[in-house]
Amino acid sequence: MNPAMTQSDQDRHEERGMNDYNFAYLDEQTKRMIRRAILKGLAIPGYQVPFASREMPMPYGWGTGGVQVSAAVLTPEDTFKVIDQGADDTTNAVSIRRFFQKTAGVAVTEATTEASVIQTRHRIPEAALREDQVLVYQVPIPEPLRFLEPSEVETRKMHELEEYGLMHVKLYEDIAQHGAIATAYAYPVKVEGRYVMDPSPIPKFDNPKLEMAAIQLFGAGREQRIYALPPYTQVVSLDFEDYPFEASKADHPCGLCGAEDSYLDELIVDDAGGRLFMCSDTDYCAARQAAGHRGADAAPVLEGMA
Amino acid sequence: MQTLSLTGGFRDAPKDAAFAFRAVMNAMAKPGEINRVTGAEPPAGLSIAAGVVLLTLCDPETPLYLAPGFDRPEVRDWITFHTGAPFAPANAAHFALGAWDDLPRGDFPLGTAAYPDRSATLIVEVDDLRSDGATLSGPGIKDSAALSLPDRMAFQQNAALFPRGLDFIFTCGDRLAALPRSTKVS
Repeated sequence: MNPAMTQSDQDRHEERGMNDYNFAYLDEQTKRMIRRAILKGLAIPGYQVPFASREMPMPYGWGTGGVQVSAAVLTPEDTFKVIDQGADDTTNAVSIRRFFQKTAGVAVTEATTEASVIQTRHRIPEAALREDQVLVYQVPIPEPLRFLEPSEVETRKMHELEEYGLMHVKLYEDIAQHGAIATAYAYPVKVEGRYVMDPSPIPKFDNPKLEMAAIQLFGAGREQRIYALPPYTQVVSLDFEDYPFEASKADHPCGLCGAEDSYLDELIVDDAGGRLFMCSDTDYCAARQAAGHRGADAAPVLEGMA
Repeated sequence: MQTLSLTGGFRDAPKDAAFAFRAVMNAMAKPGEINRVTGAEPPAGLSIAAGVVLLTLCDPETPLYLAPGFDRPEVRDWITFHTGAPFAPANAAHFALGAWDDLPRGDFPLGTAAYPDRSATLIVEVDDLRSDGATLSGPGIKDSAALSLPDRMAFQQNAALFPRGLDFIFTCGDRLAALPRSTKVS
């Protein structure tokens, strides 16, 4: 605190709080530019729209693309949720949630069903999303062909000509080397039979959920791209007739809530190789436990405790 | 410039624009869905919805084409004061405003095969906006949707250009709906 500040100065300062920032941090012209990119992205599902990504008060790799998209989409009436690999309580998720609490004054929640805008890093929530919800992805490398072809000039031409043979070669080489398609996350998809798209590094378990009722927006800050999937857009994971796509997960139930249908994290719990499989979606797991579901590794319920 | 052109903008631009964009985004993501907007009081002859879309999306970076029916001093002054958007011929426009029959639809940028996003968005003022008429299907639509469109053939031809093509926002009073190039019209 500035020592020259009187108590009333400080009260006034704290009252102002979010008014020290423009609503949702970004200036209006930047938001308009991002909003125009979002609309073009929705009009051309799966196509990466270039945008003039701004410096944000967090380093690249911490969700600057997702944050800019959220800032352009949020209204004062929204309820905002942030997850990082399914969890609401990691550093990245907590800091982004607080960022918009402070700069946009929006309500926040950890409950998937209560949120109107959800920003996510590397997961799709287990609960099915509704038409009135928006899912914003943080994307590190938006170009699905980038690791196969480093040149932007070339990959743009490949999208232009719908020349995606290289991606199929990559999946084929997976099969030749490993006997199966070994790509486990950021599994490429084809959108409405036209654009091959990187769904961001979500596990391929989540790929079938990409066809959903909610609006999906993808923001890549460092790479300066925005892309989008309107509700019910056709999204097909690339595969071969004899090696069909398979959404895989660890073959265990959740140790805490017993769910058999959710994506699991594997935790090493002792020095003897003991391990625990638990839901990656913390809200899903907590809600199930609150409803009385118990997994094999859940803490015992003590007598007399509710 | 008359003083009238200085009024009728957003009262609280960041918040009004946020609500307005959400409505426009919902419309573009769910073709055929009609959304209500508020916050703009544009000059007579211009709908509230068209005014809101201009205030929400246009600025000095977006050349705007005005169809002859809207190319009047009070409209120009209002748009210039509130958005700063430069006026441009159709072939250089990012946005266009006009009645359906008044827009030179063949002249607007359609985007390129490499950059299909570099295409115009047409704000079309219509007298009537209802959820019936042409049948819509495609991204954003669960099974099918319906929307009163001023034409069908033109939108079928536009959709055939995909991924290039124009995107449309229809405005009527305080309501708007959108039709992106991805929508199939029948």
